[in-house]
Amino acid sequence: MTFPILSIIVFIPMVAAVIMLLIPAERRNETRAVALAAATFDLLLSAWVYVQYLVNEMTGYQFIETYKWLPQLGISLKFGVDGMSAPLVMLTGIVMFTGVLISWGVDDKHHPAGIQDRPREFFAFLFILASGVFGVFASLDLFMLFFFYEIAVFPMYLLIAIWGWIKTREYAAMKLTLYLFIGSVISLVGALAMYFASGMNSFDMLLLEKANFSVNFQVAWFLPVFFGFAVLGGIWPFHNWSPDGHVAAPTAVSMFHAGVLMKLGAFAALRVGIMLLPEGAKYWSWLVMLFAGIAVVYGAFIAFQQTDMKYMIGFSSVSHMGLVMLGLSTLNKTGLTGAGVQMFSHGVMTALFFAVTGMIYDRSHTRQIPELGGMGKVMPFATIGFIIGGLVSMGMPGFSGFIAEFPIFMGVWYVNSLLAIVASISIVLTAAYIMRNIRDVFFRPMPEALEGHITDVTALDKIAIVTLCAFMIGIGLFPSIMVPMVQTGVENILRLLGGA
Amino acid sequence: MNPTTFAAILPEVLLLVLGILILVVEPFWKEKDRRNTGWLTFGGLLAILVVSLLAGRPGEPTSVFGGTIRFDWLGFFFKMLFIFAAAMTSLFMMDVEKLGRRGESYLLLLASTLGMNLMASASDLVMLYLAIETTSIPLYVLSGFIVDDEKSTESGFKYLLFGAMTSAVMLYGFSLLFGFTGTTNLYEIAAAVAGAQVSTVTALGVIALVLVGIGFKVSLVPFHFWAPDTYEGAPTPVAGFLSTASKAAGFAVLVRLFFIAFAKNGLAPDWTTGLAALATLTMTLGNLVAMTQTNIKRLLAYSSIAHAGYVMIGVVAFSNLGVTSVVFYLIAYILTNLAAFGIVAVFSRVAGSDKISDYAGLSRRSPWLAMAMLVAFLSLAGMPPFGGFVAKVFVFAAAVKSDLVWLAVVGVINSILGVYYYLTVLKVVYLYRMEGEAEESHPIPLTRPYGIALVVLSLGVLLIGTLFAPWFSASGAAALNLF
Repeated sequence: MTFPILSIIVFIPMVAAVIMLLIPAERRNETRAVALAAATFDLLLSAWVYVQYLVNEMTGYQFIETYKWLPQLGISLKFGVDGMSAPLVMLTGIVMFTGVLISWGVDDKHHPAGIQDRPREFFAFLFILASGVFGVFASLDLFMLFFFYEIAVFPMYLLIAIWGWIKTREYAAMKLTLYLFIGSVISLVGALAMYFASGMNSFDMLLLEKANFSVNFQVAWFLPVFFGFAVLGGIWPFHNWSPDGHVAAPTAVSMFHAGVLMKLGAFAALRVGIMLLPEGAKYWSWLVMLFAGIAVVYGAFIAFQQTDMKYMIGFSSVSHMGLVMLGLSTLNKTGLTGAGVQMFSHGVMTALFFAVTGMIYDRSHTRQIPELGGMGKVMPFATIGFIIGGLVSMGMPGFSGFIAEFPIFMGVWYVNSLLAIVASISIVLTAAYIMRNIRDVFFRPMPEALEGHITDVTALDKIAIVTLCAFMIGIGLFPSIMVPMVQTGVENILRLLGGA
Repeated sequence: MNPTTFAAILPEVLLLVLGILILVVEPFWKEKDRRNTGWLTFGGLLAILVVSLLAGRPGEPTSVFGGTIRFDWLGFFFKMLFIFAAAMTSLFMMDVEKLGRRGESYLLLLASTLGMNLMASASDLVMLYLAIETTSIPLYVLSGFIVDDEKSTESGFKYLLFGAMTSAVMLYGFSLLFGFTGTTNLYEIAAAVAGAQVSTVTALGVIALVLVGIGFKVSLVPFHFWAPDTYEGAPTPVAGFLSTASKAAGFAVLVRLFFIAFAKNGLAPDWTTGLAALATLTMTLGNLVAMTQTNIKRLLAYSSIAHAGYVMIGVVAFSNLGVTSVVFYLIAYILTNLAAFGIVAVFSRVAGSDKISDYAGLSRRSPWLAMAMLVAFLSLAGMPPFGGFVAKVFVFAAAVKSDLVWLAVVGVINSILGVYYYLTVLKVVYLYRMEGEAEESHPIPLTRPYGIALVVLSLGVLLIGTLFAPWFSASGAAALNLF
C-alpha cells in the first residue's frame, strides 16, 4: 500500500474545518493560523503530486487509491490523477492558500480588511468547499464524484449569503445554488442511467469507460449529463448565475468560485460527459461548440460594457470559460490540450483579478471604475499583479494565457475556421476592456474623494500576488512544465474518442 | 413457549415491563424529581435496544403465534428504529413544560412504540388492525396532552377524528379481504390472490380502501391535511415522533401488505402506477406549500409530507433495491427529522415562538444549535455528506433501475424546490440579526437531555451519510424478506 497522498489532500481541509469549529469563537487569530497551516500543507502536497507526475514523466492515472465503500452497488472511494486533473488539483491548492492569505482579516476598527465577521465559520465553510473541490478532481468513482460535487456546491450558499456584498447577496446566493443544484441533479439522473445501462454494477469510471453504451443511449444522455455539469462551467445560456455570484461573493469566495468551481463544471463535463459518452460527444459537439462560441464573444462584449470591476471580471470569466468549452468541443488534440491548460491558467488569473479587486474595494469601498483611479501610486504591488493578470487574459506571448488560448483557436480552426475567426474577436475586446480598466483604475489621477483613504496592501496580500503571478509567468516561459503533462491526459481522451 | 417464539416478541415484552416499571416508580418520586422519569425511559429503551440486538435477532423468517406475527429482519429492523426514535423522543420530552414531569406521557410513548413494533411484524389483518390502534390512540392523547392549550387540544382532536375515520375505511377494506379470501393471514391471502380467487377489480378496490388508512399514517396526499395542524399544535417532541416513527411504521405496514398480499397475479403494475401518481402529488404539493410557510413546525410538516413522497418512489420501484432504499431512506429521515424537531423544541422552550422569522440571529445566540440545524436541514435538503443525500440517490437509483426515469426526474425537481425553502430557513438562522442585534444577551441554553440527543442525532446523520455500507446492508437484509 502506497502513501495515500490524494486522500490526505482531500480530507485535510475537512479535518481543519472541524478543528476550527472546535476552537472558541473569540480566538480569531488561532483560527486563522489553523486555516493558513492547513492551506499551506495542502498546497505543498498538491504541488508535490504535480511535480512527481511531471518529473517521472508519468502517463495515465497515477497515485491510485481504492477503498471499497459499498460493494453491493459497486461504490468505492477511488482517487487518482492524470495529466488533466493533476494541474487542477494543484490549482485548488494555490487558490486555497492565496484565498486564506487574502481573507486573513485585521481586527482593526479603522482599517478593516479581510474577514472580520465570524472568521471561524467562514474558514470552516470555505474549507469544506475546498474538500469537495479536491474530491471531484481526484475522484475516479462516479458516485463519489457526485458526492464531492454537492459538497462543493452548498457551502457557496452560506459563504455568499453571510459574508457577501450586502446589496445582492441573498438573491445571488440563492440563484447560484439553485442553478448549480438543478444542473447537478440532472446529471445525476444521467449518471444513474449510465450505471444501470452498463450492467457492470460499478460506479468506477475506469470501468464505465469500457461499457460500450449503444450510440442511441449516448446521444440521448449526453446532453443532460454534459450540460448539467456545464452549468457550473458557466456555459451560455446557463451562465446567468455566474456574474451575479461573483459580484456578491466575498473576495476569497470569488477567487474560489471563478478560479476553481467553474473548472469543476468543465472538468466534470469532460470526465463524465465526453469521456464516458464519447459517441454522444461526437454527435453533439457542434452544439457545444456553438454555445461556447457564443459565450466567448458575448461574454467579452458584456464585460466591455461593465463599469463595476467585479461584473467585468465575472463576464470575462464567462468568456474565458467559453474558450475552455470551445477547446473541449473540438475533440482534437490541439483544442483539448489548450482547454486543459486554459483551465489552470484562467483559474490562477481570475483568482488574481478578484484578489486585487477585493483589495481595492476593501480600501475604497467602491468597485465602480469611473469612481476609482490612481491606485498605481499607492499600491504598486497590486498594480503590477493586475497588469500581469491582464496580459495573461489578453493571451500575450510569454504568459500562460498564450500557451492556453493559441492551441484552442488552432483546434477550432481545424474544425470550423469561420467560428475561429469570429471567436477571436474576443481577444480584441478583452484587450480593450482590460487595458481601459488598467488605465482608469491604476494610472489616472486619484479622485479627491479617495485621496488619503487608500493604504498599500498588506504583506500577506503581497505573498498571495507573488504566488499567483509566479505560476502565470512560469508556465508562459516554460510551457514544458505543463503542456506535455496535459497532453498525456488528452491522449487518453482521444483513445476513448476512437483515436481521432 | 419456545425460545424463538419468545424472541419474536422480546422487545414488546420489555417495553411492557418498562411501562409498568414507570407506573410503579413514578409516584414515589417527589414532584421536582419527576423529570427523572425521562431518564428512566431513555435508559430503559437503550437497554431494550441492546438486549434485543443481542438476544432477539431473527434467523430464517418464521411465523409465530398462529401466524399473527412474522419474525423476520424486516420487522426487527423497524422495531429497532422505533425504539431508538422513542429513546430520543423521551429525551426531548423531559424539559417540555406540562409534559416532561408527567409519568403518563412516557407511558403513552411506550404504549405507542409497542403498537408500532407490532405493526412492523404483524402478518394477520386482525393483529395489524389492533397494532395500528395501539399505536394511534396513545398518540391522539399525546398530541392533545397540554389540555389548557387550545392548539394542543385542537391538534389532538383533529388527529383523532381523521385517524378514526380513515382507520374505519381501512377496516372495511380488511373485512372485504376476509370476505373474499376467507382468511386473515397475509400469507394465505397472498396465496388466494395468486390463485385468482379475488378478481382484479375487487382487489384494486380493497387496495384503495386500505390505502386510505395507510396513506393517513404516512401522510400521503390527499390524506395529508391533518399533518400541519396536528404538528403545529402538538407538543414539539410528540410532533417529531409522529413525523418519524409513526410514519415509518406506516411504511413498514405498506411494504409488507402490498408486497406480500397484493404482489401476485399481475396486480403490482396496477397499484404501482397509482402509487406513482400519489407520490408525484405528495412530493409536489408538500414542497410547494412548504415554501409559503412562516411557522417552522408547519414547514417541517409539509416537508415531511414531501419526504413521504420520496420514500414512495422506492416503493413504486417495486424491486429489491427499491425496498432497500425505502428502509435506508427511513433511517436517514428518522434521524434527521428527529433532530430538526428537537431543535425546534429547544428553541421554542427558550424563545416561546415557532415563527421562522424569530430564528434570526440563532447562529450568534447559540452557534452549536445553529450548526445542528445546518446538519439537519441540509440532510433534509439532500446534501452530502449527510444521510439525506445518499438516501435520495438510492431512491432515485431504484426508480431509474425500474425504468421509471420520469419519476426520478420528478423527485429530482422536487428536491430542488426543497433546497429552496430549507436554505431560506438557514438564511434566517445564519444571516439575519435579532432586533437590536441583542444576540449576546439572549443566549439559548441547552439542557443536558437536549445536548445528548442532538449530538447523537447529528453525528448519526453524518455517519449514515458517509459510512453508508453497514446501513445499506442492514436495509438490504430487511428487503430480502419480501422477495
